[in-house]
Amino acid sequence: MSSVIKVRMADLNVVSAPDTIRTSGLGSCVGVVIYDDKRAIAGMAHIMLPSSSLSKHLMTNEAKYADTAIPALLTQLEKRGARLYSLKAKLAGGAQMFSFSTGNDLMRIGPRNVEATKDKLKELGIPIIAEDVGGKSGRTIEFNPISQLLQIRTVNKGTTEI
Amino acid sequence: MEFFQKLKPHHLDALKEIGNIGAGHAATALSKLLNKKIDMSVPAVRLVSFQDLPDQIGGADQKVAAIFLRIEGDAPGSIFYISHIEETEKLIQHLTNELTFQLQEPPYDELGTSAFLEVGNILAGSYLSSLADFTQLSLQPSVPGFSVDMAGAILSYGLIPLSEVGDYAIVIDTEMMELDAKEGRIRGHFLLLPDPQSFKEIFTALGVDLR
Repeated sequence: MSSVIKVRMADLNVVSAPDTIRTSGLGSCVGVVIYDDKRAIAGMAHIMLPSSSLSKHLMTNEAKYADTAIPALLTQLEKRGARLYSLKAKLAGGAQMFSFSTGNDLMRIGPRNVEATKDKLKELGIPIIAEDVGGKSGRTIEFNPISQLLQIRTVNKGTTEI
Repeated sequence: MEFFQKLKPHHLDALKEIGNIGAGHAATALSKLLNKKIDMSVPAVRLVSFQDLPDQIGGADQKVAAIFLRIEGDAPGSIFYISHIEETEKLIQHLTNELTFQLQEPPYDELGTSAFLEVGNILAGSYLSSLADFTQLSLQPSVPGFSVDMAGAILSYGLIPLSEVGDYAIVIDTEMMELDAKEGRIRGHFLLLPDPQSFKEIFTALGVDLR
């Protein structure tokens, strides 16, 4: 029996096959999947903000920020038996849910989350195999460590796989 | 979070009063606009973790129609008017007399969506102006934005300013619903999410002791 492990907003988790891992309702947030393609192990983080340096208080949740969520995910993947050299990444999200101009930085948070996630992956030498980012639609994503496919569902454009 | 831990019941009561005054005026405005009797619930003031917020609207995956505005001025924050697809269709059909208006799949009729945005403007405007009168704070609504999408994706947008300081939000939630409806009531949630720095302003303006 396989089960679906859920990742909530500002949360991360790791699964081994045959389990799959899912996060729902990504808007400006980014869902990043990091997987070991030889060992069918995958981790997912639901990132809300680009950088922990934005945090105005003591950091409580490392899964919330791109720059801390990805290293934390790697630690968990290693514990599960993944090898750092065979890790690959896929990402989705970073949409702009509302289009109106207020000159507020808040409105550009989606693209900034995507950028910060890519920067961190690049810094850690993890190749990005596929991505579905930007646009105006919310996404629910599910990754299967066996097929290594990321299924993406939106309310208007149906389901795709990358 | 430290701040939220210091909150006492009388703080939440003060926020509830804000919801009462604001939503009372907004419900009256909506009632006039629709020429229907609109009732509102007692405002619920909740301290919720981000992760639990979408569950209160039916889950992160739930497809909803939403209007989103930023509050600018002395006490910034976010305002959402969120309702189910069918109920929003009914509201817009009633406003425009366009009985074919649908939100099942895009493109949505422009006249209908701009009517819905106008509803958002009127609701938020009356909510904020009564709030501003009551607190003597200067509060202005931004231009509203409209989206039909997953509740999680929509709500997370308003959580960004709060997420920079913690993992919790205070939500002032008022449900508005049509009275005497024969079938399929018009119903929606009006959510006010003050930004973290706004609580001090609001409590000071209301004369509520911060400690």
